[in-house]
Formats: sequence, C-alpha cells, structure tokens
Amino acid sequence: MIPARVEYVAPHSVTEAVGALVEAGEDAKVLAGGQSLLPVLRLRMAYPSVLVDLGRIDGMRGVREEGSSVVVGAMTRHSDVIDDPLVRRYAALLASATATVADPQVRHRGTFGGALAHADPAGDLPAVAVALDAEMVAEGPGGRRTIPASEFFVDYLQTALEPGEILCEVRIPKLDGEWSAHYEKFNRTAQAWAIVGVAAAVRRSNGTIVEARVGLTNMSSTPVRARGVEAALAGASADAATVADAATRAVEGTNPPSDLSGQADYRSHLATVLTRRAVSRAAHIG
Amino acid sequence: MQVAMTVNGRPVHGEIEPRMLLVHFVRDQLGLTGTHWGCDTSNCGTCVLWMDGEPVKSCTVLAAMAHGHEIRTVEDLERDGELDPVQQGFVEQHGLQCGFCTPGMMMTARWLLDHNPHPSEAEIREAISGQICRCTGYANIVRAIQWAAEHPRVEPETVPEAFAAAGQAPERSGEEVGVR
Repeated sequence: MIPARVEYVAPHSVTEAVGALVEAGEDAKVLAGGQSLLPVLRLRMAYPSVLVDLGRIDGMRGVREEGSSVVVGAMTRHSDVIDDPLVRRYAALLASATATVADPQVRHRGTFGGALAHADPAGDLPAVAVALDAEMVAEGPGGRRTIPASEFFVDYLQTALEPGEILCEVRIPKLDGEWSAHYEKFNRTAQAWAIVGVAAAVRRSNGTIVEARVGLTNMSSTPVRARGVEAALAGASADAATVADAATRAVEGTNPPSDLSGQADYRSHLATVLTRRAVSRAAHIG
Repeated sequence: MQVAMTVNGRPVHGEIEPRMLLVHFVRDQLGLTGTHWGCDTSNCGTCVLWMDGEPVKSCTVLAAMAHGHEIRTVEDLERDGELDPVQQGFVEQHGLQCGFCTPGMMMTARWLLDHNPHPSEAEIREAISGQICRCTGYANIVRAIQWAAEHPRVEPETVPEAFAAAGQAPERSGEEVGVR
C-alpha cells in the first residue's frame, strides 16, 4: 500500500529538528533511514501527521573517538558502521551484529540510531548496546541528556525518549586489547528477524575468561543482559564444558515471547544453545 | 512539494505528495518502468535501484528523501545498444523465467561486480540475499552473475593497445571490498 497522507519536513540541524517535532505535537514521527518506519507506514500500522526527516543533518553521521569511548552518530548507516575502523577495533561486537541486520540493500539506508530508537525486541542492535554499556545521547527542548542503555529500552517498541527528544549519538566504551566478540543470530530464512540472538564479548587471557559481556535479543520485550552467564564466566577456564555450563544460565531473568516463529520454551532452549556458540566463537574455543 | 534529483545522469524534477515512494516516482512520474514494485514489506527486492552509487530498496525510500541525490535504474545498464555483461549473463545462463525480480537482481549484481570483480558464490548469494526469485531457485541467477564476472565489459577507450591486440580485457579496476 501507499502510506497515508503525511506532511514532511527536512531540517538541517538537530535544534531545527527538535523545534519541528515540538511544533508538530505528539503525532509527529522522526524519520531516520526509514527501513522500519516506512514499512509500518505502508502497512498503515501508523498514521503520523508529520515526518521529521533527519537525513539532511550532516552532523549526525559518522564515528569518532572521544577519550575512552567510540561515539557513533545516530544517522550513521549500518553499512558504514560495519566497515568503520574505530568500530572494528573498539566495538567489534557492534560490527559483528550489524553485519547480520536485514540485507545489504537495507543496510545501505538503515541507521544505527534508527534501529535503537525503534526498539524492536527482535532487532539485533539493542542487545549489543546493552551488552557494551552504551550511553544514548538525546537532545530535546530542555537540552541534552545521557541515558544508559540499561534504562533506554522500556518495553516493546518503547524507549525512554520523551516527546520532542531525538537520539543524536551513542557513546560506546572502548573494549580493547584482549577482547573479542561474536554475535550469534538464529533465523530460518535470509534477512528474517532473529528468533533469538546472542551478543557476546569476551576478554580472554591465556586459558582463562577474565570477563564476559552477554546480551540477548528477543528473549523479553526489551534486550536482556545475561548477568548469570557473565558471573559464571568471570575467571572461568576457557574450555567447552565450562562455557556450556555457564550458557545454561542464559534464561535467568528472561520472559521470552511466544509467536509464529517459536514458543517461549523453544526460545529458552535456543538462548542456551546460542549463548554457548556465541561465547565459544568469541573466546576462540573449539 | 517539489523534488529534484539526478536519474541516470539526467536532472529531473517533479511535484509530489510527501508520501510518494521513490519507486512510484521513478515508474509513474518518469516512466522508467524497468524498476518493479513487488511487496509492502521491504522483502522482495525487485525495486532495487542505486541511490548515490549503492543498491537500495526504492519502495522503502520516500521520493522526498531522494531529493538532491543520484539515482540509477536498470534502464541505464545498456550502453549504446550494447547490453551490460550482467544483462548478457542473464541471457546466457537463463537467469530468469518470469523476469519480475530481474531488474533488482541485475542492479545488485552490477554493484557487486564493480566492488568485487571476482566474487565467490557465497558473496554473490549474500549480495542478493534480500531479493526474492520464485522461478529459478537462484542457481541460474548465481551462474548469470558468475558469467558476467568472467566477461567484463571491454571499455574501448581504456583498453591498452597490448590488450586490444591480444583480444584480452584488462582486469577491472576498483577496490576489492568484501560484501556481507
């Protein structure tokens, strides 16, 4: 279908965009790359009055280094994130997960910030943001504020962004040195959403896993940090049996949905299997 | 609202509603019906064209978002009556039956070969993973793209005499980029 009638503005700065959002009121919608929003509009699942397109704001694109963080502009496209040298060096988990998002054509338009603000529990990047302790920088009529990833995802398709606020950039603490990472995604067909996904970053020193970060996709209405797995892996021996044992704790604190792709108990099983695979790949075991 | 963009090297403009999708602007306003419209969910990829040199799904871009950008459609593949090697490859290898997915497949294939002149089969399949064919089972599409990789277009003005004399084409230039 064709989207319902809508007005369109394309501001050239974040300040202008916030002004346009505030002026348009609660029925306005922010348009980033459009790869989630435009299908929603075509299926007539939403009827915004105004689209505020961020695509003309040059300052919202690109990746830079700032002290101990890598800062990714919200309008940076997935295809640019994947190939960015700073991301690959300091946030390899983000590169690994982004390479699995949808398909190459969608990754040429879809943006990091758009995927996070959409907050789909089946989206791959929220779990990465949670696992890496990312901070979301939002600008609204009251100025800028920083929201930890752990507080950003509120519920299904809901974030902590207030009306009139725009996600501008994402600060990701660098993981350097002995860290390595892998995103393990399970779906049935090419380009499909994750039935379950596991984002794992591991710091390994010789035969020991010193520290691990694990985030789960589609195991609740928001991304979940698998704290039980992380606790079991901290200081543990880097061998297959230990990792398999730790992975059984992946279901702790989750509330997996049941839908056409799988029932909750199936997702719980997948979470255990995929956590074992993700951590093993990240830690170069087996 | 007014939009202006470059399509196949020519400046175009039009009066549109903001809700108009790029695929409809290209087909209905410009009459370039080579780009097809298939689904409502960004899944099928028959609408793939190039935006600023990269394949995108034109059903998932508003025409308004393309204002000021460069668009290339399947109509631009042929040059001076000569088919692009990708087009020829689809002929040689029976890369289509009904042909509905073909324009999108060919635009992705051209982009892939421009960036990765000798792709592996896995790289070809990954490049077209967001595009659906319901006739061929993809096998012949992959063969068509492989055929095009083996038969790069000879650009007469750029062929060194030594190559021209030997009847060989120089290797295509271009950065080797791994495609995910």
